[in-house]
Formats: sequence, structure tokens, C-alpha cells
Amino acid sequence: MRKGVFTLEPLSCPSCIKKIERALGKMEGIREVNVLFNSSKVRAQFNEDQVTADEIQETISKLGYPVVTQKVS
Amino acid sequence: MNAKRTSQITAVSAILLVLAIVLHFTGLSDAKQWTLITATAIAGTPITWKAIQALRMKAFSIELLVTIAVIGALFIGEYVESAAVTFLFLFGAFLEVRTLEKTRSSLKSLIDMAPSDATVIREGETMTISIDDVLEGDRVIIRSGEKVATDGVIVTGNATVNESAITGESVPARKAIDDRVFSGSIVDNGFIEVIADRVGDDTTFARIIELVEEAQESKSKTQKFLDRFATVYTPAIVLLSILVYIFTRNIEMTLTFLVVACPGALVISAPVSIVAGIGNGARHGVLVKGGEIMENLAKVDTVVFDKTGTLTKGRPEVMDIHTISGDENELLRLVAEAEVISEHHLGQTIVKEAQKRGITLVNQPKDAEIIEGNGVRVTVENKTLTVGNRKLMAAKDIVIEESMESYAVQREKAGSTAIFAAIDGVVHGIISIADQIRPEAKEAIQELRANGVKQIIMLTGDNRHTADLVGKQLGLDHVHAELLPEDKVAWIKQLQAEGHVVAMAGDGINDAPAIATADIGLAMGEGGTDISMETADVVLMADRLDQFSHAHALAKVTILNMKQNTYFAVTTVFILLAGVLFGKVFLASGMLIHEVSVLLVILNAVRLMRYTKKERKRNVPNRVLQPE
Repeated sequence: MRKGVFTLEPLSCPSCIKKIERALGKMEGIREVNVLFNSSKVRAQFNEDQVTADEIQETISKLGYPVVTQKVS
Repeated sequence: MNAKRTSQITAVSAILLVLAIVLHFTGLSDAKQWTLITATAIAGTPITWKAIQALRMKAFSIELLVTIAVIGALFIGEYVESAAVTFLFLFGAFLEVRTLEKTRSSLKSLIDMAPSDATVIREGETMTISIDDVLEGDRVIIRSGEKVATDGVIVTGNATVNESAITGESVPARKAIDDRVFSGSIVDNGFIEVIADRVGDDTTFARIIELVEEAQESKSKTQKFLDRFATVYTPAIVLLSILVYIFTRNIEMTLTFLVVACPGALVISAPVSIVAGIGNGARHGVLVKGGEIMENLAKVDTVVFDKTGTLTKGRPEVMDIHTISGDENELLRLVAEAEVISEHHLGQTIVKEAQKRGITLVNQPKDAEIIEGNGVRVTVENKTLTVGNRKLMAAKDIVIEESMESYAVQREKAGSTAIFAAIDGVVHGIISIADQIRPEAKEAIQELRANGVKQIIMLTGDNRHTADLVGKQLGLDHVHAELLPEDKVAWIKQLQAEGHVVAMAGDGINDAPAIATADIGLAMGEGGTDISMETADVVLMADRLDQFSHAHALAKVTILNMKQNTYFAVTTVFILLAGVLFGKVFLASGMLIHEVSVLLVILNAVRLMRYTKKERKRNVPNRVLQPE
């Protein structure tokens, strides 16, 4: 189980939170998703056997939220 | 569609709008129409794109409403409306991000204080590496003007260090060997080498940032209410707009109604105030861990303090050395040499005082005897030193002269502990030791009262005499002494049963149960001990009580600000809807007013960022004793 933190461009509408959480929540291998609206970050716990950080990043970008930095620990 | 592209699109659509106005006055109405349609198409693209993205995720978004409204406007030939609405929508979002950044800027300015690289010595080689590569145990070098990259202990050198990122305290602190330094602080002047013991995400600084981020996300009751309100509100508006259409058969009015009713300002009104408030606190060294805590803190009417370590510094200090010979330092040296063997904190206080005065301790004590709870008896420089309380003097048949005795009594009445120092069986001097009331305590308490706290109470495990002394000096309402931790809990429960909202401030360890029981638990951060940072609702990073009164006042203005925003947003929406129904507000003007109201709400919150109390002079320290 790894923890990824993705920094996005500043979020402006609180409805983005639900969009991102719902989309990532449906992905295989993602245990927990937390969208930090005010710091414009997505924190996700994921199983690296099932999904990679880059795949998560791609999904977020596809939703219309470019990822600025990615940090996995 | 990234942010930069969107702002370019906004700019292009603004230019086209200006062009359309020019064409209007030159009478080229065909060209004007096409310009407006082009503007609508360009500005409408990112909006429609977002709407589709959301739809794919089965989410209903404001972009979808705007898209429908714009298509409707194009359909009925209202090109001015459609162009203005798409432009205003994009421009509004652009301004929102800009102003929201302001409310978030205090956290950002904190994050910007994070160091990016560090200079370390590994196997004799000096190298500069990224902060992520620093390991525990690395020897890190920090020169003047550089940022400390890790938490650690100084092994050589000394420096003045600005720790404002951690503590909010802008006056640099002096640091020397064995002192702790924290990541995120800046070496003002000097040179130090530090052995890293916490790196990366484990540093106090990283923990603070994480806590503040989480605090800003955690919702206040008002926010939760607004969220619930929004989930009812949106479908209700859709229903209403259908009704509007049935009764008026007016597509334009129906669409305007839908767009104008979007709860943008409403949804954002409470969170922006909370975020700005928490950010302000973080910059002033106060961690308020969430919106709900902010709300409760504003309601506090009773404040309970622990004494030792909270109202007082919790570190006894040598207040006075009284000698018959007149040479204070000589006596201090002998006594300190004797007390080196003592584990008792009063003994250690004396050793520390000698070090502070730069006295070198040369002699090893011989024939050491520790008399538990009473003092020590050792041989130093072939002299027999007996250092301790009256009981020890009596036990060793040392006579305390009357002048010495009366001096000791006088010190004790002032609240100090008197320690007798006898050389070869004759009392040569008295060392008085006392804990000190925090210099800012009195003013902080006055400020709490001025801000509406009705009673201030002290609960302490210490003896009644000292407790009363502290209570009297600080003008507390009630003092309860000689309490066990469970007694403190009982007192707080009783106060709560009387209907008070209680804040409890303590130094984190023995007060933990009481802190947990109170409505608001406040801990002294001591530069960030993990337990206090995790458990308390509010953490004072620099252990300063004026940070508490700041937090309390800040909570009040933050909640007031949030209420202003909420009422303003609700009123605006209702006035707009009424305006639409009475045919006074149209799509473009409705959008304009809507965006302006969002901006006003954010700007109101930005005011909180600048909130500070007036600068005050620090009081001269009040001295008080801490008898054993």
C-alpha cells in the first residue's frame, strides 16, 4: 500500500472534489482518496500491484485537472 | 484544458467583445453578430468541455447549466447575451482563482519556507543534496542566511535562528550546542552543524503543514449545513425553473433563472472565511485544527488553565544568590560542582545557572552522598559542602544563623524555594529558585476577558500557597489547588454541566485527560511535541499565551466573517431570483451580479488574512516561586 500526493493547479469550484473522488474511487486498487480543495492536492492510498501513480495522474488529468507534481511514499 | 489556456481564451473573448462594441457604433451589424457568435464559440468551448467531462462522471455541474443557457440564447438569436455570459463566466472563474489564492496564501507562504536542498558532510566530504535525500543521522551544515533542512540537534557552532515558520515568533532565538533546531527555520547569523534526527515528512515543519492542510479541509457545522442545503437546493431550483417555464412559457427567463440560481457564492461563503482564519492563525503560531473547532473556540466563555508549564514557564530558575562573603559566582561554582551528581531538578537548575554565567566547573565531587528529597553532601576542593533544605541542615547539625533564617523566610514568602549552602558546617549562602509566570500571561488574560470570556480558572496539582499567589498576581476568578488529573476532569465536567463552553489549556502530558474533556483542548506545542500536536484542538507553537488570546479573538472575527458571507450570499441569490421572475434581471446582468457576489464574498474573507491585534509592549516578568 503506497501513498501518492498529487498537486493540481489551484481548484476553484468545490464540486471538483466530488468529481475527482468519484472517478478515482472507481479505479481498481485505490483504497482511499482525499481531495484537499484548499491546498489543491489529491491524496490517494493505492496498491502498487494493481495501479500505478502515473495511471492515477492520467485519470485526474483526463478529468480536466492538470497535475503539477506527483510524490509517492 | 489547463489554466493558462483558459485565461488566453478569456482574453481573446474579451477582445472580441470590445470589437463587437466598436462594430456596433460603426453600424456594421452583420459583422457585429458574427463577432459575437465567434466570441461565444471560443469562450463556450472550455465551458462545454468541462460540462461534458462532468457528465461522463455522471456529475451535474454549473458548466452544464451555462452551456444549456448559452445554446438557448444562440437559438433565440440573443448573441449579446450568449457572448457576455460565456465571457463573464470564464472571467469570473479566473478572478475567483486569483482571489482564492489570496485566502490560501498564508499556507502557501508557509510551504514556500520549506527548504529545497541541504549541505551535508558524508565520509568527510561536503556535498549539497536535495532535501529528499537527507537521511537520519546525516551531519548537516547551515550557514548564515540558509534554511535549516531537517530537525536535529546542534553538534558544533552557534547561531541566531529565526523560527517564525514553526512558532510564529519573529524574534530570532539564540541556539548553541545541544539545542534543537527545526526544519523551516532560517539561520540569521552564525554557523551550525546539526545531526539530523527527523527528515522529510517527519519533521515538525512538515507535520505542521499537513495539519494545517487537513484543518482547512475539515468542515465547520455551518459548512456541513450549507452542503446539505445545496443538495436540496439544486433539485429544488430545477423543479422551480420547470414551474417557471410552465407558467410563463418563457425559455429565456427559465434559463436565466437556472443559471442565476447556481449556489456558487453560497457554497464558497463559509469555507473561504475558515481557510483565511486558519491561515492567519498558522502564520501567528497557532494551529486551529478545523472549522468546527474555530466555531467552538468563538463560543468559549470559560477558560481553564493548568499552572506549571502553562501560566508559568515550568522551568525553575535561580532568582537570587545571597552570600556572606559577597562573591556570588564563587559560591555558585562550589555548589554547582556539588550538584553535578544530583538528579533533582532544583540541583540541575543550579548547574544550569552556573553554565549560563560561563563558570567552568573544574572539580570532581568526592565522597558524594545524596539525601533523597533533602539535598547533597560532598567533598569539593577538600571542603565539605552541604547543600539542601532546612531538614538537611538540621540532620547534619548545621546551625542556621538568625539573619540567614529571616532572609530565607522572606524569600519563601515571595514564593521562592530557599536552598542553604553550608561549607565545612557553616551556612555561607542561600540560593533562591523560582518558577516564573509567563511574561505575557497577564495581558493575554486581560485580552481574553475583553473578548468576552466570562471566567478564568486555574486548576493545579501544586500546593495552595503557590497557587493562590499566582492566582492573585494574574487576577484569576477561581483557583483550585492540590488536584489530581481526574479532579481536573471532574471540575471541567461540572463547568460544562453548568452550561459553560470550556477551553482547557495545559502542557500536554498530565493534563491530557482534562484537555480531552474540555470543549476546546489547548496544548503548548513546545516547538512541536508530537502528542500535543496530535491530540489538542488548538496548539500554541511558541508556548505563548498571547497566541491563545489571538486565536480566541481570531475565531470570533472568523465566525462573524463567515456569517456575513453566508447571509450576503443567500440574500443575493434570493434578490436575483426575484429580479428574474419580475423581469428586471436578464441572463448577462444576472451572471454579472452573481460573479460580483462571489468575488465580494472572497474579498471579505481576505480581510481576515490581515487581522492582527495591536502590537503591545511586553510586561516585565512577574516573579513567583515554586516551592517543592
